[in-house]
Amino acid sequence: MIAAHLPALQIVIPLAAAPLCLLLRKGDLAWALSLLVSLIALAISAVLLSQVLAHGPISYELGGWAPPWGIEYRIDVLNAFVLLIVAAIGAVTIPYARRSIADELPESQLGGFYTALLLCLTGLLGVAITGDAFNLFVFLEISSLSSYVLIAMGRDRRALTAAFQYLVMGTIGATFIVIGIGLLYMATGTLNMADLGARIPALGANRTIIVAFAFLTVGATLKLALFPLHFWLPNAYAYAPSAVTAFLAATATKVSIYILLRFFYTIFGPAFQAEDLTLHSLFIPLAVIAVLVCSTVAIFQINVKRMLAYSSIAQIGYMMIGVSFDTVTGLTAGMVHLFNHAVIKGGLFMALGCIVLRVGTCQIDDLAGLGRRMPLTMFAFVLGGLSLIGVPLTAGFISKWYLVQAAIELDDWVVAAAILGGSLLAVIYVWRVVESAYLRPAPENAPDEVSEAPWSMLVPTYILIGASIYFGVETSLNVGVARAAAQFLLGGAG
Amino acid sequence: MTNLPGLYNYWIVIVLMMTGFYVVIARGNLIKKIVGLNIFQTSVFILYISMGKIDGGTAPIIVADTGGAEVVYSNPLPHVLILTAIVVGIATTALGLALIVRIKEAYGTVEEDEIFAKDEQA
Repeated sequence: MIAAHLPALQIVIPLAAAPLCLLLRKGDLAWALSLLVSLIALAISAVLLSQVLAHGPISYELGGWAPPWGIEYRIDVLNAFVLLIVAAIGAVTIPYARRSIADELPESQLGGFYTALLLCLTGLLGVAITGDAFNLFVFLEISSLSSYVLIAMGRDRRALTAAFQYLVMGTIGATFIVIGIGLLYMATGTLNMADLGARIPALGANRTIIVAFAFLTVGATLKLALFPLHFWLPNAYAYAPSAVTAFLAATATKVSIYILLRFFYTIFGPAFQAEDLTLHSLFIPLAVIAVLVCSTVAIFQINVKRMLAYSSIAQIGYMMIGVSFDTVTGLTAGMVHLFNHAVIKGGLFMALGCIVLRVGTCQIDDLAGLGRRMPLTMFAFVLGGLSLIGVPLTAGFISKWYLVQAAIELDDWVVAAAILGGSLLAVIYVWRVVESAYLRPAPENAPDEVSEAPWSMLVPTYILIGASIYFGVETSLNVGVARAAAQFLLGGAG
Repeated sequence: MTNLPGLYNYWIVIVLMMTGFYVVIARGNLIKKIVGLNIFQTSVFILYISMGKIDGGTAPIIVADTGGAEVVYSNPLPHVLILTAIVVGIATTALGLALIVRIKEAYGTVEEDEIFAKDEQA
């Protein structure tokens, strides 16, 4: 009985728990409730993924209204995979957030923090699960509005301007998406994604559809911070509270890439792109520039959080390269990297959060000598850094391997070289942190009491860092599911 | 080109959209930016509302006695959709204004260039 309603519960449970967190007031109670909810969400997403892998797509009619009239929750391999990523990162972030946030926010704001975090989780899960184009916009705005609030909670006053800038850019992006959805509705009379996918090919080269395609593409790329629409991201990540940065870096941009994939493959279908605008010509140049330019910019950052934020934009470039190849290997590579990067960057930002908790800043010079004073945290950072670079036996290596393979399949040597070049640049920026932490002595006037981070923060950090090593060796989950999703998108769509 | 006046609503949409977009980009005052964003969003409301209107269509309430004649109804779905988007727009505006209040408290100004200048000094 309950099992049939799992798709709805995935959304309803965190949504209903969010206001309860505000009512509970006490930070610890709100935290305990959020933890419980995030674990339930993770369990549901794991069950859904296993069901989809075993029996094919699940369709859930919300309120019993049959699609295409009612809102349908439609779960296939692709979004079951995204749901699992988001729910897993949520379930790891919340145990971590307790100490980290208690240090950064006054007690009175803790209830509000967990409310916003759960709403953000709801929104991201909702974007992934829904099969209705307008419903996607509503969930996107739920997640966006709550993430503006979360970012604005940062201690530095620049968090406020960063949140404001993100609000303006994010709203423009979301409004573009609504315009696109509206134009699609004008042309087809339906909002159900599968139904849209069935009707659009029949319309042929309709100008309304092409304009809708353009609006949706620009809107989604703004949200996912593809170069050159990335300007909101570095400040937002740098000044948000540590736990928020870890959560958003690992989930928000990934869900935006999912939106793009959904639009391209389920709604417009590969045939549409082949005729009018190819993903390849559109995104490969931008993605390659993102990899090279933003990796280079990352090298020159003195704030390590900002450095990792620029690195994130570069990594989004990698994902877009994979996605834009439009082949099974390419899509697999893009989605594998989507998963791996969520794990790696989540882990790295968490390690950085441990440093912020103990040292108070994350300027590269303040990290001097930390290798001896916070050995576990710095070791986690080094492992995550290796994975980011793509050293063999780490998850990052698997993504780069598939990306290069996809590039070589298409004889695209320039892109293959760019992928490797980006890794070399990553070596430099990760090395700067390692050099500061291990090779430089601690400053004379440094406080002596800097000690290792608390276990409640180290354990989640090591779960993600450990996962980034584990998935570099045992790849059946990330690569296996990503390949199934890629085959589903290219084969079943249209 | 014959239906230019018929597309009146859509011209308004484009004008409003570009006005709002321009204000968001060109103005340094944060409140003006939010107002621009609002105008930008309003244009989309009109786009949706216009597409639901059908010539000669009546409100979508079942007419009891049609006298055998066919009744044309306007499409209520876009109107309902945009009601949701209006709510989202209000939430965005409220949040944006709340952020501006906090920015004013923290920086003492709502002009973008002055805020950047203060961050440079710090």
